[in-house]
Amino acid sequence: MNAKAEAAVQPDILKEWTGKGLAYAANPDHDLYRQVTQFLYREARFQDAHDYDEWEALWTDDGVYWVPANGTDTDPEQQMSLIYDNRSRIALRIRQLKTGRRHSQTPPSQLARIIGNVELLHSNGPDIGVACNSQIFETNLRGDTMWAARCVYQLRRVQDELKMAYKKVVLVNNNKPIYTISFLI
Amino acid sequence: METNHRKQWDDLIQPGMVHGSLYHDEMIFKEEVEKIWFRTWVYVGHESEVPNKNDFVTKSIGPMPVLMVRNRRGDIDLLLNRCPHRGNAVCVQEKGNRTSFTCPYHSWTFSNDGTLMNYAFPEGYNGADKSKLGLSKVPRVAIYRGFVFASMALDGPTLGEHLGGAVRTLDQACDNSPTGELNLSAGFLRHRTRANWKFILENECDGYHPAFVHSSIFSVSDSAIGSLYGADAVAVTRSFGNGHTEVDPRPEFRRRNEPMSWFGTTAEKLPDYVAQMNSTYGEQRARQIMIDGMPHVMIFPNLFIAEIQIFVIQPVSATESIQHVTAIQFKDSPEINRRLRQQTMGSVGPAGFLLADDTEMYERNQRGLEIRSPEYLYLKRGEHRERRDEDGLLVGHSTDDLPSREIWKHYRSLMEAH
Ligand code: FES
Ligand SMILES: [Fe+2]
Repeated sequence: MNAKAEAAVQPDILKEWTGKGLAYAANPDHDLYRQVTQFLYREARFQDAHDYDEWEALWTDDGVYWVPANGTDTDPEQQMSLIYDNRSRIALRIRQLKTGRRHSQTPPSQLARIIGNVELLHSNGPDIGVACNSQIFETNLRGDTMWAARCVYQLRRVQDELKMAYKKVVLVNNNKPIYTISFLI
Repeated sequence: METNHRKQWDDLIQPGMVHGSLYHDEMIFKEEVEKIWFRTWVYVGHESEVPNKNDFVTKSIGPMPVLMVRNRRGDIDLLLNRCPHRGNAVCVQEKGNRTSFTCPYHSWTFSNDGTLMNYAFPEGYNGADKSKLGLSKVPRVAIYRGFVFASMALDGPTLGEHLGGAVRTLDQACDNSPTGELNLSAGFLRHRTRANWKFILENECDGYHPAFVHSSIFSVSDSAIGSLYGADAVAVTRSFGNGHTEVDPRPEFRRRNEPMSWFGTTAEKLPDYVAQMNSTYGEQRARQIMIDGMPHVMIFPNLFIAEIQIFVIQPVSATESIQHVTAIQFKDSPEINRRLRQQTMGSVGPAGFLLADDTEMYERNQRGLEIRSPEYLYLKRGEHRERRDEDGLLVGHSTDDLPSREIWKHYRSLMEAH
């Protein structure tokens, strides 16, 4: 195989881990932007405080919660993901946490997360696309861990309230061995 | 230090009692790397991870990375990713497809079977023998039904001798696939834990813990696992020798006599799979395979087949390990494969309903050993009720410590060897 043909089968080393890029909204509506950031901060607070029912109530009935492994644009229908929950599995995850016998969350991780770099995405349909970063400090029995992720949401207005229809959390080290992550990321 | 340990093995490992230092002493860990990880057969990867010529993927032998390559002739090679010139990595990609590897430091180029093809500005080497400057290869590689094992020792027992009776479990796993072939190419989750690798090894066939460690998920889902590990369960633990152990739930599944009950479902819900099985094996044999289900076996020291997923245990240091885990897929059976993946993703890995809590236990055990007393761990559960099955293999109750005792017996024989 000559060098050119071989290059063709190699992944694009510059984009391999960041994925194919998102379409950002050209002229974001400021009022919408404010509502979205308020929503994200509230979600972050529910997660940090382990307010499980409140967090679960943010989901639409068809919600998908996806934390890929080994890259950004993997196919969750073919490849392993850290989390790939449909709505009923989200509910199961919450029920398990609420037993108080989810040992990896008993005692629960203490968390403080920062949501930043919030940008609205271009959208054709009714859902509101959002991209942001999150940095999470976790301390638990094992010790202190820093997590960093690039997130993408699809939010939807349901009876005048924003809900999550889709949340994708791409840990920037999802191609490396990582410690247990049993809090809500 | 080494002679010191050798004298002490019978003190450190007694019947049903093992010393805490075995899980955290860095000198013992170094000796394990030499006498276990770089000597016996270890599981490396699966042929389906490199399906095409020139595919490669990074795997490991103990703490050391290795490149598993399907070379340009189509054979599997295990290459060590260390440039013979000054030690640089010849490949920093996790996986891909390429016919050669070029070291970025001084551009030595190796064929994907390890041969040195060219070095830059060759005049300077005055005709040095290139055939002596190739990438190192793992000396012994053996493949059983797609499972690639390797040994860093030039000689020793064959893979067949190493596996012994445990080979039944690999056959059992493959027979659940309508093509007789597994596919392990869905990608691995890599779960790091601050615990010694042997806590993971021993946990895999520990049927005593599920009722407690996993009660949170059993209580909120209709998981069928719980019933295998009660006080009145009929599942057994078994030792194959050489450190290989299993939990064999077949007595329970045969009592139920329902195909696919092992998978928590029924034949009606998987019509395509059942049809494929019937056409491959004939209805009678297919029915028996689908009643018995997949094995739950820990192949010493690092391959754990946990019914629907495989784990590869990797030691990093005395107090740090990695569990690599992926869903087992049956070649060309999309209907059941989706369920196998979905169930695996729910259960295992850093966020899994089961494994997050197992791993929490390993880490708490590890910290517990920093407390000085008692010095020994107590592994005598079920000693009085060990018995031999019809094949002469040791079996115990599904909640007994028999697997741990048998692992330690084999471990001691390896560590005592020179
Ligand atoms: S270190 Fe690889 S060519 Fe020099
Ligand atoms: Fe477990």
